[in-house]
Amino acid sequence: MSGAFRIPGAGRLKQAKTARFNFDGQAYTGIEGDTLASALLANGVHLVGRSFKYHRPRGILSAGAEEPNALVEIKRDAARKTPNVRATVQELYDGLEAQSQNRWPSLSFDVGAVNDIASPLFSAGFYYKTFMWPKAAWKSLYEPKIRAAAGLGVSPDQPDPDHYSSRYGHCDVLVLGGGAAGIAAALAAAETGVRVILADEQAEFGGSLRFETGAGIDGQDGFAWAQAAIAELQGMDNVRVLSRTTAFGYYAQNFVGLVERVSDHLSTPGHDLPRERLWQVRAKRVVLASGAIERHMVFADNDRPGIMLAGAARTYLNHYGVAVGRQVGVYTANDSAYAAAIDLKKAGVQVAAIVDLRDHPTGPVIDEARALGIEVNFGRAVIRAGGKLRVSSMTVQPKNGGGERTIPVDAILMSAGWTPSVHLFSQSRGKVAFNDETKRFVPGTYAQDCVSVGACNGTDGLSATIDEAYAAGEKAAKDTGAKTVKSNRPKVDASESWSRGMLGAAPGAGPDTTVKAFVDFQNDVTAKDIRQAVHEGMRSIEHVKRFTTNGMATDQGKTSNMHGLAIAAEELGKPIPEVGLTTFRAPYTPVTFGAIVSHARGPLFDPTRKTAIHPWAEAQGAVFEDVGQWKRAWYFPKAGEDMHAAVDRECVAVRKTAGLFDASTLGKIEVVGPDAAKFMELLYTNPWEKLEPGRCRYGIMLREDGFIYDDGVVGRLAPDRFHVTTTTGGAPRVMNHMEDYLQTEFPHLNVWLTSITEQWAVIAVQGPKSRDIIAPLVEGIDMSDEALPHMSVREGKICGVPTRLFRMSFTGERGFEVNVPADYGQAVWEALWAEGQKHDAAAYGTEAMHVLRAEKGYIIVGQDTDGTVTPNDAGLDWAVGKKKADFVGIRGMARPDLVAKGRKQLVGLKTKDPKVVLEEGAQIVEDPKQAIPMKMIGHVTSSYWSENCGRSIALALVAGGRDRMGDTLYVPMPNGVIEVEVSSMVFFDETGGRLNG
Amino acid sequence: MLLIRCPYCEEERPELEFRNAGEAHIARSANMAGESDDDFEKFFFIRSNPKGIIYERWRHMHGCARFFNAVRDTVTDKFIMTYKAGEPKPSNLPKISNEVVAK
Repeated sequence: MSGAFRIPGAGRLKQAKTARFNFDGQAYTGIEGDTLASALLANGVHLVGRSFKYHRPRGILSAGAEEPNALVEIKRDAARKTPNVRATVQELYDGLEAQSQNRWPSLSFDVGAVNDIASPLFSAGFYYKTFMWPKAAWKSLYEPKIRAAAGLGVSPDQPDPDHYSSRYGHCDVLVLGGGAAGIAAALAAAETGVRVILADEQAEFGGSLRFETGAGIDGQDGFAWAQAAIAELQGMDNVRVLSRTTAFGYYAQNFVGLVERVSDHLSTPGHDLPRERLWQVRAKRVVLASGAIERHMVFADNDRPGIMLAGAARTYLNHYGVAVGRQVGVYTANDSAYAAAIDLKKAGVQVAAIVDLRDHPTGPVIDEARALGIEVNFGRAVIRAGGKLRVSSMTVQPKNGGGERTIPVDAILMSAGWTPSVHLFSQSRGKVAFNDETKRFVPGTYAQDCVSVGACNGTDGLSATIDEAYAAGEKAAKDTGAKTVKSNRPKVDASESWSRGMLGAAPGAGPDTTVKAFVDFQNDVTAKDIRQAVHEGMRSIEHVKRFTTNGMATDQGKTSNMHGLAIAAEELGKPIPEVGLTTFRAPYTPVTFGAIVSHARGPLFDPTRKTAIHPWAEAQGAVFEDVGQWKRAWYFPKAGEDMHAAVDRECVAVRKTAGLFDASTLGKIEVVGPDAAKFMELLYTNPWEKLEPGRCRYGIMLREDGFIYDDGVVGRLAPDRFHVTTTTGGAPRVMNHMEDYLQTEFPHLNVWLTSITEQWAVIAVQGPKSRDIIAPLVEGIDMSDEALPHMSVREGKICGVPTRLFRMSFTGERGFEVNVPADYGQAVWEALWAEGQKHDAAAYGTEAMHVLRAEKGYIIVGQDTDGTVTPNDAGLDWAVGKKKADFVGIRGMARPDLVAKGRKQLVGLKTKDPKVVLEEGAQIVEDPKQAIPMKMIGHVTSSYWSENCGRSIALALVAGGRDRMGDTLYVPMPNGVIEVEVSSMVFFDETGGRLNG
Repeated sequence: MLLIRCPYCEEERPELEFRNAGEAHIARSANMAGESDDDFEKFFFIRSNPKGIIYERWRHMHGCARFFNAVRDTVTDKFIMTYKAGEPKPSNLPKISNEVVAK
């Protein structure tokens, strides 16, 4: 048995295929093809959730994505818990487990419902008014309490184990919405042979043909025609048909984001299937066929479970074979609800009465309802619903007042008319226009190459819809260059037509009342709240929206927008178009982070760059640190060593014997061409023209503002060839900076720039024994100090492979940097390492490299400079060519503030207690006894324990620092003030003799 | 995601291949060192930030890597045209209606 409310013979589901499921711990049975909502209704379950603010019992309002109430948690296992799933969208599978939300301890008895009784406290804007005092209570009391109470559902607390995929799509015509209009447009476009994508959010195509019993096309029932048309489209090579696919965002230049739910409807999704697939589609033309959404009636207690949209009740009956009650009432202001009453009556359900707000409506549906013996009341309103956990009655009154009559019902079907779904159109930046006659906002001015057809365009009637949609499909195809083909336009045999309906609060929920007549179910906004917002001074509909939260969050006003607007307009005494419509924002319905992130997570989030020598370092047990995308060996701990011990040992080894360091991540750019030297003159502060081939120079690059941008050693290999090195992190931006100037400011220079970072592996060999280690392996390069002095470069061979051998030092010791083609990097390293072992050399990592360079006062751009440091500030005036007429930064450097006295300058700091190591970033003051806030005169940029110096060392930016040599300054820390002495930046080998040692 | 026509590749390519590089037609002085403080301020700091038509620089970073110029409407995000670096600022812009009349 698949539910007591399943009507034999009704609907399209195959009774034989049952599916067991569980809701709040109770076991039920449904049928394959059900949604969770239809299966619950088949079992007579209407109460499915509690509302957001007042915790009011809530049922199922709709049969689609516009559902504001029936939000549940779907749980597959401990990690797969999805909150706020619309029960009306979730397809049933065998073993589905669902739970209601926003209630404690249980759905039928919820303590939070006290909010409903206390509702005067929680009216519109309460949040802004109630929690103002006392001020201190906000952080300690109000905010935590509100945060705990607010929000719907519970976020999963484990990593998402599912995987998601992502695809780009390209087509000539993208059709969004697969009802009658979308199918007709897709057919028309597809027949011309252009590439078509047709997407619909439902599992089955057809849109409102799912419930319209009065539709006939090409000699078939409407729904059957839709299925046949989809089968035809699926068979065409130029068409892609996507079901369960929601177009959630419409972006610039016909770029549309869609999410396809691939396996959420499967009982046991195969591991090879993604859960969802993100489609990013670029279309030449877009046809919007998103349909219309039925509005509810705004009356007192219109949110009781069992009260739902008339069209939804028809869908449950005609598609799922489910009666939403046994004794239903109908409350309407248009014709379409009559069809629901008629269908139900014919299926054997009692229809207690139709209550129609209109005074004298006429038409075939009204005649048919009467002929079936249904009581029809004109000019009357439902002023109140009875019941709490389920509606039990409706109280009817003539709309201008008079005697009340209460009719027992177990469901109320309502319809205030249909709102064209212009969400995607609005997202495309199109402007809607108000049709005064039909009281609808419809697409007005288009901003992109798209067209709206059918109900979302305000087109009424199946014939007109199909004609319009087919013509639009043909035109869209033709606009993309398709040839005209013989038209095969579907012929409409029979159709239903619905007249307009009403907007705003119904009688009995007017300004003189205090009843809870809900406008926005999801955000618990009543007609009274909207009016209150206007009374409190909100004039713009955007302000009303924010003050009341009407139409916000995941709902985006699907059912509520027009009612809210009409009530605000009435209260403001303005026509609706003057009050305006709020902005529809993407996403149309919520999109999982998983779908957007796709595979770009974990190790695939960002590329990992490894040097050629990485495997060797890994095998040696190196600890790595991330430097940008690079993995760099940080230090090489021996057994029993902590970081401190390892770094101390590495630092001592370099100065005592030698050390090997993998410097491959260094950025490297080759500057080549007849004008290479001229280009270097313009991009660096230093003079280059006179640098002899075979020599190197430390270069500083500035931005136009005069601040240090990058630095590095540059070797001139030939008159027309420079080997430029940059900082590890700066390589891409330096390359961009150079290209920018070369292409746009100095295009007359004949120069080529090539990134060679990854072409060369770089092995730094530093220390007194460095030459002894390298020399035996080198061919064709005289290694003597006379032939290869400090700051020179030679090309030759090492271990039989080509090398660019630099004599240079970032440690202050005699040093070399061996560049070899990256493919030989590890082999050459291993050969050098084997030689190094004869001399007790150590491998050292980036931490030791930092300490060694700080001992010598060599700066690191980005650590000791921060984008506001000039060469002079850094003590690097010597590197600025004084006779140069131009270079990037020459003018910026001369700005008044950059040459003013008292600028922060880089200096050394020695703590009075040599054992104390300062914290990097710590602030420096002159007088530690001054009142707080103290005047800070600088900060520590680099700080280390130096085993070679036997004390701590630090670099700092200090105002007027070079005039303070020998002064005592103070570093206030939480545990007390640290005394420091301003010193030279060079802590080790001040004369520099060791460069040739 | 915008589609941008690279005037060197002569193709429309997705925005992901490009980097914006700020306002165009701000010439660097041939006598940079001799610029007054005021002129340097105008050159380095002052940008027009218009609502409407902007002349801006882009780089086809992940394509031909060339810098070029574009005319874009900052309100609609529509590109009116693109042209090569060094070409003069276009004076007669092709008319592009921002809005297509209701269909």
